[in-house]
Amino acid sequence: MEMMRFATAGSVDDGKSTLIGRLLFDSKSIFEDQLEAVADVSERMGLDETNLALLTDGLRAEREQGITIDVAYRYFATPKRKFIIADTPGHVQYTRNMVTGASTADLAIILIDARKGVLEQSRRHSFIASLLRIPHLVVAVNKMDLVDYSEERFDEIVEEFGHFASKLEVTDLTFIPISALKGDNVVERSENTPWYGGTSLLHHLETVHISSDRNLIDARLPVQYVIRPHSEEFHDYRGYAGSIAGGVLKPGDDVVVLPSGFASKIAQIDTPEGPASEAFSPMAVTVTLTDEIDISRGDMICRPHNQPTSSQDIEAMVCWLSEGTSLAPGSKVAIKHTTRTARALVKDIQYRLDVNTLHRDVEAHTLSLNEIGRVTLRTTQPLFFDEYRRNRETGSFILIDEATNNTIGAGMIIGTPQ
Amino acid sequence: MVVGALWSTLDGEMNYELSHLKALQAESIHVFREVAAEFERPVLLFSGGKDSIVMLHLATKAFWPARMPFPLMHIDTGHNFAEVYEYRDRRVSELGVKLVVASVQDSIDSGRVVEQTGPGASRNQLQTTTLLDALGEHGFDAAFGGARRDEERARAKERFYSFRDDFGQWDPKNQRPELWSLYNGRHHRGEHIRIFPLSNWTELDIWQYIETEDIDVPSIYYAHEREVIARDGMWLAITDFITVADHERVETRQVRFRTVGDATCTGAVESDAGTVSAIIDEVSATRITERGATRADDRASEAAMEDRKREGYF
Repeated sequence: MEMMRFATAGSVDDGKSTLIGRLLFDSKSIFEDQLEAVADVSERMGLDETNLALLTDGLRAEREQGITIDVAYRYFATPKRKFIIADTPGHVQYTRNMVTGASTADLAIILIDARKGVLEQSRRHSFIASLLRIPHLVVAVNKMDLVDYSEERFDEIVEEFGHFASKLEVTDLTFIPISALKGDNVVERSENTPWYGGTSLLHHLETVHISSDRNLIDARLPVQYVIRPHSEEFHDYRGYAGSIAGGVLKPGDDVVVLPSGFASKIAQIDTPEGPASEAFSPMAVTVTLTDEIDISRGDMICRPHNQPTSSQDIEAMVCWLSEGTSLAPGSKVAIKHTTRTARALVKDIQYRLDVNTLHRDVEAHTLSLNEIGRVTLRTTQPLFFDEYRRNRETGSFILIDEATNNTIGAGMIIGTPQ
Repeated sequence: MVVGALWSTLDGEMNYELSHLKALQAESIHVFREVAAEFERPVLLFSGGKDSIVMLHLATKAFWPARMPFPLMHIDTGHNFAEVYEYRDRRVSELGVKLVVASVQDSIDSGRVVEQTGPGASRNQLQTTTLLDALGEHGFDAAFGGARRDEERARAKERFYSFRDDFGQWDPKNQRPELWSLYNGRHHRGEHIRIFPLSNWTELDIWQYIETEDIDVPSIYYAHEREVIARDGMWLAITDFITVADHERVETRQVRFRTVGDATCTGAVESDAGTVSAIIDEVSATRITERGATRADDRASEAAMEDRKREGYF
């Protein structure tokens, strides 16, 4: 059974919680005591119906204010797949939360109210999904029951969205007409939409091909931890532990270690199940090399003829996550990229991007909370990176405030400055 | 489900797919290594329950063939089941790791906390003080916990790295965003981070993994006959630590425990599941969460877990 992570974007009004509630309920992942607790609270709040949003809104403040504060993670499984839902709130701090939820997602569901069509927030969510390189996008046109299951209305929305999406880099886009409330096309195909030739949403989630989304070409092993047992049995064992961040590694492969540039061969790959003949992302492994060379955390093991870019000058799209501060040229921050941590100086903010219109504001010189812009950084040490569009693991970084220790920025690498 | 094999093969060709258990395992091991590399004094909180047992199993794999580079700590209410103490001590000696026991009894004796009285008395809440005192005393800056997001809705909002201030408090409205697999463990002296490597595991995943890896768990997880009383809709085991009220009737039932905690607030469920695979069937079919079924501590109020977590609970 494979694991799939997806993010849902949209506000309560779009029926997002109803949809999640239905997926959990129909896959028997909501338990009686959870449902009873939610029914109790709904009643105390004076609601007519059980509000399934309360299932995901786990904090007292969320229930009191009827809002979602933070990304919530939900789990369900069918006989085919285990699913992790990152449920991102639509309103408060939408960008920060959606970027967080989207960073690990294989797929995003964008909910659109069939009556309202493509709204500003639908565009925003789609843009963030494409910026974060979520490989699969599903536009769930919800509340079809309220537009009499109209094929014409569905087609209008598909056309309108398709027009906007052509400006984004979306590789796989699927439209599904649903009613989360009535259950149409959620688990089973609905008889109310005979004109719809596609599959139900759940069937799509269960079958969409995700295992090739990972980078299986560019072999990358960021060294996370050096294992030296100092025991009698493993006296000379010196293993480089880490999670494969791209490509496939095999015993016998020629490798080179950055930054030293020393060449060696892979002697053995140890996995939690013992020695393996191959390792690929996202396996956590320990490799030993045929030569004794000095390697430490933050180094990168790769293939001699396929190396990442090694540079101290980096250009990236950065999403600013911090409430109290802003990013400006001259800012100094800590940067964490793969297993490497360095300091970075902000050299330039080239433009700020309006996430609603995709307009580039070249006059902007700062980034504040929830804003995204193209930024040039200079780091104290070289980082070994790939373009984010090619590899999400070696192309991403976070920025950390050195005074407060908070995570204040998320970056997606474009390359080195021209 | 693919078990045993590292990956599934199709006509002898590799297809680069990991089963969900392997993917979860890889994610957890990544977190263990990251913490070992970036923190000065991590500690693994070990209760002898199934989640901490799986966590310990993963920790040993993460550093193989070296020994795991941090000790275990048991926050001991003194009111645990004998089978669990026996299991703990056996496992610790097998692995040759260091065990720190922080005792709630000591906290009571030194006047740090006051023992509850009455029929519903439990040492569950007192553990928070013992835990925070022990973290401070030993200078631990990272504490691995076995909490899972599917357990409880306040926990659904938890990060892998959960920042705690110098009072050990959790501020759920002000958490660090967590992106990709880049974890921010920075903290000032006196603050610490709770680490939850099992965040994305569900109860079913835990049992499937126990089956796949053939992991030994304390016998009380399996169906057995036991003297119990019905209290608050749960079966509570008769131990030296609970007071049976006049109207309560002691009876013998075939039960098992879904969670293992303080004997005064951990209920048993009626069950005839005597093997791991029978437990998996039972968990797959069950309609009540493990904490809802068997934990009086979570039933205290609608936000019982959130409130305790804010104060520094597990």
